[in-house]
Amino acid sequence: MAKSIAGPEIERLIQLLAKLPGLGPRSARRATLQLVKRREQLLAPLAAAMATAVETVKVCSTCGNIDTRDPCTICADASRDHSVVIVVEDVADLWALERAKALNAAYHVLGGVLSPLEGIGPDELTIRQLVERIAGGGVKELILAVNATVEGQTTAHYIMDQLAGMDVRITRLAHGVPVGGELDYLDEGTLAAAMRSRTAM
Amino acid sequence: MEWREEAIVLGVRRHGESSVITELMTRSRGRHLGLVRGGRSRRLQPVLQPGNQVQVTWRARLDEHMGTFAVEPTELRAARLMESSLGLHGVQLLAAHLRLLPERDPHPRLYDGLRIILDHLASEGAGLSALNRREGIAAGEMILRFEIELLAELGFGLDLSCCAATGAHDDLAYVSPKSGRAVSRVAGAPWKEKLLPLPAFLVEAVPSSAADVSAGFLLTGYFLSRHVFEPRGLEAPSSRDAFIAAVAMDASPAGERGL
Repeated sequence: MAKSIAGPEIERLIQLLAKLPGLGPRSARRATLQLVKRREQLLAPLAAAMATAVETVKVCSTCGNIDTRDPCTICADASRDHSVVIVVEDVADLWALERAKALNAAYHVLGGVLSPLEGIGPDELTIRQLVERIAGGGVKELILAVNATVEGQTTAHYIMDQLAGMDVRITRLAHGVPVGGELDYLDEGTLAAAMRSRTAM
Repeated sequence: MEWREEAIVLGVRRHGESSVITELMTRSRGRHLGLVRGGRSRRLQPVLQPGNQVQVTWRARLDEHMGTFAVEPTELRAARLMESSLGLHGVQLLAAHLRLLPERDPHPRLYDGLRIILDHLASEGAGLSALNRREGIAAGEMILRFEIELLAELGFGLDLSCCAATGAHDDLAYVSPKSGRAVSRVAGAPWKEKLLPLPAFLVEAVPSSAADVSAGFLLTGYFLSRHVFEPRGLEAPSSRDAFIAAVAMDASPAGERGL
């Protein structure tokens, strides 16, 4: 077993940082070194910010987004069109759509997709809450912005079945050529989908 | 250890930040798992979708190791399967059924069946929302026959060749829930309440209807539940009900409800 090069507190910090996405043990060690070197400017504010986050972060009871208030900033924003709800798999997808500034609408975060292999069924997702939200009225359009994967689209179809008979327009994101994409490098399925969804110019 | 073969992707499970454990069906090595490094990359994620066909190279130090896969796409069907609920639920159901097989146990007939069904589901006529009623029923019929073959490969095959009571080969209308053998209409008449209906298209060359396919799924569902799901403490996959509903919806005059 390798000998520790620092005290248990620092070793613990390295171990925890190494669990973050994009960081391995080596980069976690470098990050830890930076933090302890700049204790007052970096480590103390970071620790305080994290402690505050632990106390205040909650899941929005309306849409499943993560925020420090409930309802979240997006759900409480009166300037948004709450008659349009964009369904996303994860908070990361919500952030991506917000960065794109494509639509000033409300969201619903599913918390994943149906995955038999990973044992994720409808009860593990917020599909029931979505159905209740739509049944509550006020939503005219539901945009299923799930990933273009077999699991994502299966989830979309499942949601569509659950909402059968409800007075809501259901749409999904287009599938096709990405901006900057070269046709030669695209798979034939994407090309065929793009060709079928062609638009008039 | 190394081998190279054509395979069909059944599913993937995340492993770490960038890799996935991929489940493939091969013709001569059955259902096989392996690690694909970088499987969550932009290049490989579209390839590792259920239903896609790939050329796979498996490498490991010892045969009993899980090993790693290097995959190259040969036929990408997933995008077309995603176009209809029939295709989506169909591929999920086939994958769920193949997961009932032990790993690395070859089942070439099931592999061939899987390939034919996926080609049908992804074909121009069947993979689109404009899918016509006859093709929806045909897809249901194919998966039904796949379930019968699956039961046989698991050692619980149905005997639909002749009547269990009289030996007659004609007018077979029922299946005994106890023996899984066919029973003729005349011999089964006194017990018809207790027998399972046998759709005619399974024993004769006659066209099937949506009701026939539905009756067929009740038949295979009974035996799958009794011999496979219940003894293993499993429930029938939810994709089975979803697929049967998609076939019924497809065959209805309203037709397919695409997104």
